[in-house]
Amino acid sequence: MTEKILEIPEPGMRTEPMLINIGPQHPATHGVLRLICELDGETVLKVTPDIGFLHSSFEKLGEYRTWNQIVPLTDRMDYLAPLMYNCVYVMAVEKLMGLEVTERCKIVRVLCMEMERIFSHLLWLGTTAIDVGAFTPFLYAFQERERIYKLHESFTGARITTSATRVGGMMADLPEGWTDSLHDFVKTFPKTLDEIDSLLTTNGIHLGRTLDIGVISGEDAINCGFTGPNLRASGVDYDLRKDNPYYDYETYDFDVPIGENGDCYDRYLVRMEEMRQSLRILEQALERLPEGPINVADPRVSLPSKTDCMNDMESMIHHFKLITEGIKVPAGDCYFAIEGSKGELGMYVVSDGGEKPVRWRIRPPSFVNLSVIAKLAEGHLVSDLIMINASLDIVLGEIDR
Amino acid sequence: MEKSGSAFDAVEQGPEASESTVGTPRASGGDQIENPLVTALRGRFDSSILHHEIQASDQHVVFVDAADNRKVLSWLKDEPDQLYDLLVDVTAVDYGGGRPIQVVYQLWSIAFKRALRVKCELPLDALSIDSVVALWGAANWLEREVYDLFGVHFRDHPDLRRILMPQNYAEGYPLRKDFPLRGRFSREEQTRRALSQDYHDYYTLEELEVGGAPGIEPPAPPDATGEGGVSR
Repeated sequence: MTEKILEIPEPGMRTEPMLINIGPQHPATHGVLRLICELDGETVLKVTPDIGFLHSSFEKLGEYRTWNQIVPLTDRMDYLAPLMYNCVYVMAVEKLMGLEVTERCKIVRVLCMEMERIFSHLLWLGTTAIDVGAFTPFLYAFQERERIYKLHESFTGARITTSATRVGGMMADLPEGWTDSLHDFVKTFPKTLDEIDSLLTTNGIHLGRTLDIGVISGEDAINCGFTGPNLRASGVDYDLRKDNPYYDYETYDFDVPIGENGDCYDRYLVRMEEMRQSLRILEQALERLPEGPINVADPRVSLPSKTDCMNDMESMIHHFKLITEGIKVPAGDCYFAIEGSKGELGMYVVSDGGEKPVRWRIRPPSFVNLSVIAKLAEGHLVSDLIMINASLDIVLGEIDR
Repeated sequence: MEKSGSAFDAVEQGPEASESTVGTPRASGGDQIENPLVTALRGRFDSSILHHEIQASDQHVVFVDAADNRKVLSWLKDEPDQLYDLLVDVTAVDYGGGRPIQVVYQLWSIAFKRALRVKCELPLDALSIDSVVALWGAANWLEREVYDLFGVHFRDHPDLRRILMPQNYAEGYPLRKDFPLRGRFSREEQTRRALSQDYHDYYTLEELEVGGAPGIEPPAPPDATGEGGVSR
């Protein structure tokens, strides 16, 4: 009987590809991303990402603002690691001006950047876990993120839109007791991380959903412009903190985790280990943090003290001119990149010597990483597409800019 | 009556002048220092290498004839002594005032840990350059973005469509200097256009065929060929 059924030819049966949209409003796309999927049953034949829903033309806006006024634009791009974007922008401008910031400022920025790496990876961890059905890591991760939010708030007054840096220094020095709170976080966070680790790393369901999914070889990854944890998961040893060090990263003792297979699981492992390495850097930076001024004493960029302004005319005029005209940056262009949480985060600033940039360009790591999703997802199931998208760790604010 | 050595002096003097004139055509042979890479490039490509300069104290910038960009970049990528295998960024700069638009390639060599910036200048009436997608997959979206925001046409690009702006966007190229911050159209017109998009603006023709859109008679939608928009 069974055999007979199998033998029946089915001339009427035909399959045809189907077109569906995932997003732009869908929690699994991690933002306003629209994926146009061509499906054969549940298999993805082709996926075309459609972006731009969050386009705010930050680069154009920047051309109408003075150099310091651009800082608030930068944290609105990647709201998952705002301080990192604040830092890299002013670092690019300082490089163009040939300005060396103070030792304390350097270490404070290293603290900020490494804290943001953990901050961003935690969101990735929580949302990725929830995409494959694990709810608990999401809650654990967001509880830890809340502690960093509080650190943001006590330092900058804002939880997301931090705008903490200025050309030549920071908006303000660290508040009293801030380093103790951060130290407390560094000491207690590994316990939670280990718990999440034990929930996911050897979890059969998680392994089944991530192993051999979205594989890309190292060579292809370089060709496609992958950077950051995504590239390292494919076995390419490229980390700007080691390869083109800034802010004395070469003197910190930390390792760069490298994956082997370039699949979703390796991307997961690399990011988990990066958080641990960031904690090591944070610990060392906290030990090094020197006393001293946080802003450079360079009249081109730093404001005179309020007392001076009230007491002598020159300081008053100096203050007035810096505030009303803005700082001037010498003509030229400069590309400066740091190892961001999502990949190589670069800022390209072009000046004609005036108070406003001719061009301000963000080298967007998520943008380039996302462009590879079509290649990664081909031939996988729709559910794997969701996992691949999550494993790339994108943020749409920065993709659309 | 200024006090000598007051903080005010430095502000008045302003920043130090840059050594180069920004955005003007350059004559070849203006090297500031010798660089083995530039020597090698000159030896190989001779007149295609227009200019070499150093920016921000240590960043090497090489100006290449726009007609030879793919040849030079391909050599930089594959030559064993260079191996600039990572295309970090493709972008463009418009200095305004009718000056040429610069297309900027940011390269990095993973093996040698070196960075290089390659620039090509395109006059405003001939904004067309060879695509490098065949060399780097990364160039696909990056070039689309430059096309979208600056209107630079990349020859042989497999999928040159707008990427950040809507497909039916007809106000021109937003990052050009002559583009007003709020766009060219009135608010009413912008709203009307935003509300009057139909499915041709959301899907390519190929996708519409796969999706089996009812009664689809696929005429070329306004901007799908990428030639739409206000050109100057």
